[in-house]
Amino acid sequence: MARIETPADLEQYRLQLREKFGKYQYAVSVCGGTGCRAYDCINVFETLREIIDKKDMSHTVNLRLTGCQGFCEMGPLMFIHKNGIFYVRISPEAVERIVESSILGDEVVEELLYKSPADGRRIVHQQEIPFYNKQRRFLLAMNRDIDPLNIDDYIAKGGYGSLAWALFESSSEEIIDIIERAGLRGRGGAGFPTGRKWRIARQAPSPDGIKYVICNADEGDPGAYMDRSLLEGNPHQVIEGMTIGAYAIGASEGYVYVRHEYPLAVHHLLEALDQAREKGLLGKNILGSGLDFDIKVSVGGGAFVCGEETGLIASIEGKRGMPRPRPPYPANYGLWGRPTNINNVETWQNVPLILQMGADEYAKIGTEKSKGTKIFSLVGKINNTGLVEVPMGITLREIVYEIGGGIPRGKAFKAVQTGGPSGGCIPAHLLDIPVDFERLQEVGSMMGSGGMIVMDENTCMVDIARYFMEFLTHESCGKCVPCRLGTKRMLEILTKICDGQGTNENLEALESLAADIKASSLCALGGTSPNPVLTTLRYFRDEYEEHIVNKRCPAGICQALITLRIDPDTCTGCGACLKICPVEAISGEKKQPHSIDPEVCIRCKLCISRCPKEAIYTE
Amino acid sequence: MEKEGCSCNRSFVPPEDLSPLEDIVERYRGERGALISVFHEIQQTYGYLDEGIMGELAKKLGYQLSHLYGLATFYTQFRLKPIGKHLIRICHGTACHVRNVREVTEEAKRFLNIVPGETTEDMYFTLETVNCLGTCAIAPVLVVDGVYHGHMTPSKMKKLLEKMVKEGGREASGQD
Repeated sequence: MARIETPADLEQYRLQLREKFGKYQYAVSVCGGTGCRAYDCINVFETLREIIDKKDMSHTVNLRLTGCQGFCEMGPLMFIHKNGIFYVRISPEAVERIVESSILGDEVVEELLYKSPADGRRIVHQQEIPFYNKQRRFLLAMNRDIDPLNIDDYIAKGGYGSLAWALFESSSEEIIDIIERAGLRGRGGAGFPTGRKWRIARQAPSPDGIKYVICNADEGDPGAYMDRSLLEGNPHQVIEGMTIGAYAIGASEGYVYVRHEYPLAVHHLLEALDQAREKGLLGKNILGSGLDFDIKVSVGGGAFVCGEETGLIASIEGKRGMPRPRPPYPANYGLWGRPTNINNVETWQNVPLILQMGADEYAKIGTEKSKGTKIFSLVGKINNTGLVEVPMGITLREIVYEIGGGIPRGKAFKAVQTGGPSGGCIPAHLLDIPVDFERLQEVGSMMGSGGMIVMDENTCMVDIARYFMEFLTHESCGKCVPCRLGTKRMLEILTKICDGQGTNENLEALESLAADIKASSLCALGGTSPNPVLTTLRYFRDEYEEHIVNKRCPAGICQALITLRIDPDTCTGCGACLKICPVEAISGEKKQPHSIDPEVCIRCKLCISRCPKEAIYTE
Repeated sequence: MEKEGCSCNRSFVPPEDLSPLEDIVERYRGERGALISVFHEIQQTYGYLDEGIMGELAKKLGYQLSHLYGLATFYTQFRLKPIGKHLIRICHGTACHVRNVREVTEEAKRFLNIVPGETTEDMYFTLETVNCLGTCAIAPVLVVDGVYHGHMTPSKMKKLLEKMVKEGGREASGQD
């Protein structure tokens, strides 16, 4: 079927697709997210396809290369639908065996199963793996089951049903009521109620009737990649969400503003837009409802500040992405001066889900004020890294220890960083707080877009504060003085402390600068920029003091404050460190213990990484 | 392996050839706010935003040259200098930072004898650092000519560079 003209057509097409897909005896999903691609999953997929073709089974096996399935640490991943077997770290050589045993047969290939680090047990089914079983994957589940480049997969799974319902069974006002009652709040960081935002944009007058909706996919927080995975893995749900939003607000044009660093997401989105247009689910007279709405893609130029909504609008308009004072808010005066509603990728993806579940069912997930699930990228010093979707209100401890499997190599947990450069570091004694918008703010951090970076005893908190301040100094757009100069002064102080030049007055100066920057910056980038410093000062002040008073970096990170030494009992005199040292600070006879001259050493630590015996340590 | 879809590792048009520029300008004529897209296309075609090209663009569109440079330098994606044959982009996102990506960058700097943002004299390697590649689960991560490499260490960095030098038949090799 080419164009779908009515909701009845859509339902009929859906039934046809289900019948067609039902004829396949087997369905197999190979994860094709960017993480797995680094492990050559494309080769795994191609090998699988060749074998299936050779066996003349392409009409019985429905093969899918999917978006990110979340467990990036274990890639490449494969899921076999008929028996639920889940394989990890697959090599192209292992594919033949999988086909014979688990696709054609019902046998399990033991050594390709996930192995629990706790007890060495092999786990057959995805749902039994601790990383997955505490999650509630309302959004991410679809990533495993559809081919993002095939609209039929999404439609067969019920896709565009919410849009048809909205256009034909509901009014714009009712849609906004539902979103409001569901309690959906913006997933981009600040958590503003989505329904209220829509209502303001709906009521705002436009000089010529034109209004816009925008999807913010400028996922700039370092350490966060939820939005990339949603766009890569399930672009149609974003398109459907935006179209429902456009209907509710009265917008006729949409933009997706996406980072240049996400080429695969751009590719999948452009392809999905074409397919949706072809099917009559986007463009003129959508599903015969009379609604005209289309979406353009705007690729960013790599500026963190463009995640701020007025900066983003300026960038779409082809200008420098500098924020401007609000009000007027974009809901009243946005893109090209028209009422504009901006939500982030994850927020838009929640919209079809809410209409499908109903506001009351949806509102049962989460806490009193934070509803639904939230996707986090659980990364850093953690055993199970990947994307996790959890109900709001889950504790940080559950995320870090049960889903994440704790800290590698038995190291001690130190902090978890949320909210990106606007957020903060949460220490161990607060691990039992429930994750919701309010609680995270109370402890000095914020939800942010969902980066969750775990740090262990070998992470220096002063260095982390310096890292974020350096990032923000680079990314400050330069428009307002407190942010442009304030972040620079704070960076200078932090650098001095890391270099062992700190004084006691420095901490007071940091706090005073932080207060001024917070109070007087123009936009959220500046206004929240002191947060990483403030939370580390609040929870890890002793580490700052160690740097200042005792000129020591307890984590062994700050180069000026550490000395590299070779343990003579462990060193075998192999000479590897001697060869790599860029400043010839290491000496020693062959097969005799070597030593490092601290006067010459520049503490680049290249020798540590090269030593086969782990004989080199910092103090 | 997945190509990042960037402009690297392909032959670029020399900046003296203005005909692709004409095409780009015509394609975007009349479209509002298209300047950033035009820069992206120029960079994909020529490898960087050449001074002569920018001058031509300013003339064609009726902008002050300073306006174009003001825009191009605001965004980190745009390069004003040509890049080498191979482009190495090391992620300095938070996840990579806490997993000690700095040591990987140190190794690259040492091997290539350049700092991030520079190109080797023989135009063979360009080294860059980026804010976040969004593949944090396999940190530390870098992209070489569009191919992602995860869980990097200084030794893996060295091996990778040595392999590129050898297979590419580079004349003047690194310091090692």
